[in-house]
Amino acid sequence: MVTKTATTHSKPTLTAEHGLHLLKEMVRIRELENKSAELYTQMKIRGFLHLYNGEEAIAVGVMQALRPQDSIVATYREHGQALARGVPMNTIMAELYGKQEGCSRGRGGSMHLFDKETNFYGGNAIVGGGLPIAVGLGLAAKMQNKPNVTACFFGDGAVAEGEFHESMNLAALWHLPVFFICENNQYGMGTALKYSESVMNIAEKATSYGVAAEQIDGMDVLAVEAAAHRAMAFIQEHRKPYFIEFVTYRFRAHSMFDAELYRDKEEVEEWRKRDPIVVLRKHLLEQDLITLEDLETIQRDVMAEVEEAVAFAEAGTWEPVEDLTRFVYSEGDQA
Amino acid sequence: MTVAAQTRTLTYREAVREAICDAMHRDDRVFLIGEDVGRYGGCFAVSMGLFDEFGPGRIVDTPLCESGFTGAGIGAAMGGMRPIVEIMTVNFSLLALDQILNTAATYLHMSGGLFNVPLVIRMATGGGKQLAAQHSHSLEGWYAHIPGIKVLSPATVEDAGGMLWPALQDPDPVLIFENSLLYNQKADLTEPLPAVDIDHAAVRRAGDDVSIITFSMGVPKALEAADALAADGIHAEVIDLRVLRPLDNRTIIESVVKTHRALIVDEGWRSGGISAEISARIQEQAFYELDLPVARLCGAEVPMPYPKHLEQAALPQVDDIVTAVKRMVTPNV
Repeated sequence: MVTKTATTHSKPTLTAEHGLHLLKEMVRIRELENKSAELYTQMKIRGFLHLYNGEEAIAVGVMQALRPQDSIVATYREHGQALARGVPMNTIMAELYGKQEGCSRGRGGSMHLFDKETNFYGGNAIVGGGLPIAVGLGLAAKMQNKPNVTACFFGDGAVAEGEFHESMNLAALWHLPVFFICENNQYGMGTALKYSESVMNIAEKATSYGVAAEQIDGMDVLAVEAAAHRAMAFIQEHRKPYFIEFVTYRFRAHSMFDAELYRDKEEVEEWRKRDPIVVLRKHLLEQDLITLEDLETIQRDVMAEVEEAVAFAEAGTWEPVEDLTRFVYSEGDQA
Repeated sequence: MTVAAQTRTLTYREAVREAICDAMHRDDRVFLIGEDVGRYGGCFAVSMGLFDEFGPGRIVDTPLCESGFTGAGIGAAMGGMRPIVEIMTVNFSLLALDQILNTAATYLHMSGGLFNVPLVIRMATGGGKQLAAQHSHSLEGWYAHIPGIKVLSPATVEDAGGMLWPALQDPDPVLIFENSLLYNQKADLTEPLPAVDIDHAAVRRAGDDVSIITFSMGVPKALEAADALAADGIHAEVIDLRVLRPLDNRTIIESVVKTHRALIVDEGWRSGGISAEISARIQEQAFYELDLPVARLCGAEVPMPYPKHLEQAALPQVDDIVTAVKRMVTPNV
């Protein structure tokens, strides 16, 4: 979720309160993901489960710059974005269980988290499929003269899809208020970027369409946040899209079915040294902005929240089978 | 003294254009988006003149990117607009199939009912103009396979004009397939244009001997065949499906219960097509009413050939319908 006090744009003005907030938000994601992996092995969660460990700084940093009226389009690796946007952990966990108390009534599962209150438009598990949707949300905002911005998350794998290029062109051509957020974790499932892209600088591809773009360290939440504020200010001022390639790394496997044969353990260990949580923790301690006690408090609070989310999901109920064919067509007054 | 209802002659193309124009005037959330819909006037000239009237803000020319602009229509629909997405032909719509199936048809369900997609997608369909194998197919039966969307097939000028507004009122995605051979068809319509529903099949001609169940170009062909059959004392009932999803079972079954014979005419390919679905439903729901097996006339299972004689041979023709019906009503002919 976004703190009202989060006006910090760069490291020098970081307050203890905001530093703690950023840290806690990242720890919330990390522990949600760790618990999800554990529950997967217990077969409480099934299907595909794509974890966000290592990439937390991007969701948390970006959300600080978004306002309540802004929209989010995300991918199948979206637990972090949903949580950081303010979707309750309880309903996220219930969704992972497939319970009807889940944020998508259990119909979506891990890859399809949706939430109307926070304008969270999924949870799209077709790589690149969310980009045209974000363009459309941007088009609607423009046509209605609304100040909304749409934040569109996608991975480096999406860059090879035609929908990526079509969307860059449309957003630039029509001057749409879309914030494109490329989470470049350097692997499209098991294929390294160097095996899939002739030009590996992704930000450059956006630039080639006339979209203002930059490349940012996605392991540094403060850098992410500052860049996100820059992006939002640009979009609101110019009513044009903005693109940031956040370079990051996925600490865990692509999904729970991935044996990780395509990358070296040493590479993973090297990136773990840049763990965004470790990096921020170290920075805050060095700056005397927080104490070890603060860290313990965060950990304790987050673990309690996770346990409560699990209890909520466990206590959740299965949608009656008689309801199977609901939600294929609208009921009532959605129009 | 009563004033006679005003009538005027309109083409199918003009009826669609007037419907778009009317919708744009009635609801400022409505806009038209697609390739060459604006400055060019639409590849089939459906939107000719609308750009001058409404401007580039509401008649939106797009680059060639079916997936991109269809997805943009979906996003805009969820963002509060009521887009009409025009795709040039059904063959090109395959480039947007990801967005149509994986997004438009799916989001409501995947979100547990949170996000509906009030979107209309129009496209041209059908063969008969020697446009060969990448511009001539009738794939609306495929689309009718997809839960979450509605599939409309206007075969008359009245439906071409009338179906758009109710489609725009629908909270979910509606696909409208306009047969390009019908664009020049004319009819006298009352003013204002009559309202139609988008739920039911229509009995276009009543008869007792056989039910010809069809849609799109099949409708004028079946009506012509019915005229020829009537000269021989055979009374064919012609059912225009109008809506391919959800299918109006009741109208189909009531007709078959009356005639005891069913011929399905579908310009699409036979295997796994909508004709197979209709045939299965008749046999599930009216098996004991049938005097003989359900018959089908479908498009030949071949990509559409270019030469006229081969294209004509690939599509069910009036003579084929007449022959098939005669065989059904007069055994051993």
